[in-house]
Amino acid sequence: MLAAIRPDSVNLPLFLHVLGAMLLVGSLLAVGFATMLGRGSTDNAPGLARFGLKTLLLGVLPSYILMRVGAQWTESEQNYPDDFEATWIDIGYITADVGALLVLISAVLAGVGLRRGSVRMGRIVGVISFILLAAYLVAVWAMTAKPT
Amino acid sequence: MDLYDWLLFLHVLGAFFAVGALTALWALILGTRGAAPLLDPRSAMVYGRTGGILVGVGMMVALIFGIWLAIDLDAYQLWDAWILASLVLWAIGGWAGGQAGKSFESGPEGRGAGIRYQTINSVAVLVILVLMIWKPGA
Repeated sequence: MLAAIRPDSVNLPLFLHVLGAMLLVGSLLAVGFATMLGRGSTDNAPGLARFGLKTLLLGVLPSYILMRVGAQWTESEQNYPDDFEATWIDIGYITADVGALLVLISAVLAGVGLRRGSVRMGRIVGVISFILLAAYLVAVWAMTAKPT
Repeated sequence: MDLYDWLLFLHVLGAFFAVGALTALWALILGTRGAAPLLDPRSAMVYGRTGGILVGVGMMVALIFGIWLAIDLDAYQLWDAWILASLVLWAIGGWAGGQAGKSFESGPEGRGAGIRYQTINSVAVLVILVLMIWKPGA
């Protein structure tokens, strides 16, 4: 049913959007795991913080871009009318754009943290990752349930 | 939210957990390579076990609610080719994921085999995602 009401031209951008979102959640999970493990281990905290900060720069940032570009491309291929308004799209934009700000702040902190070898920066980035994960959980709900 | 919305949300949420945890496990593989890995063996083991459990739980949730969706919706049948192909790939991916976990648990000598099984699991899940989006034949 869903395939029938979706133009074929939407499939590729939608695939890239969903893949980017899944990779984004996965790389945020990796940063979160590293932060939680680092809290319980003072000896290994520097290595775990470095792992988290590197994952943010090499995983979170590119997957965010894939998710966001895919979202915009999907919307343009859907050819919605100019006056089309949907709460679920608004929720997607809000979580994506506020998320972009947090990802950018995290990337700066990660860059500084990697240069200084700072465990504290790793923990701050880890906390931001958990906030982003919670926001993207809401976004997944909005994208699937499509509340009006 | 009606039943369909809930089923779709839980199905997609399971898939997000599975692919997300697989991605986190690939990050672990990259973070533990070379002579000076970023993660110590104990942290890597805890991380890997947690990630492995999340992949399994995510795959199970996606499967249960995916089958429920196919039964609930008149437009799809469990014996549609793209759904059958997804179920076969799910089984292959699940088996490979289990083998990957066993290989990594066996120590550094199992790393190569673990990466190979992890690759099979990831490719299977990626092809399932392609089938879910394009729904060939639906």
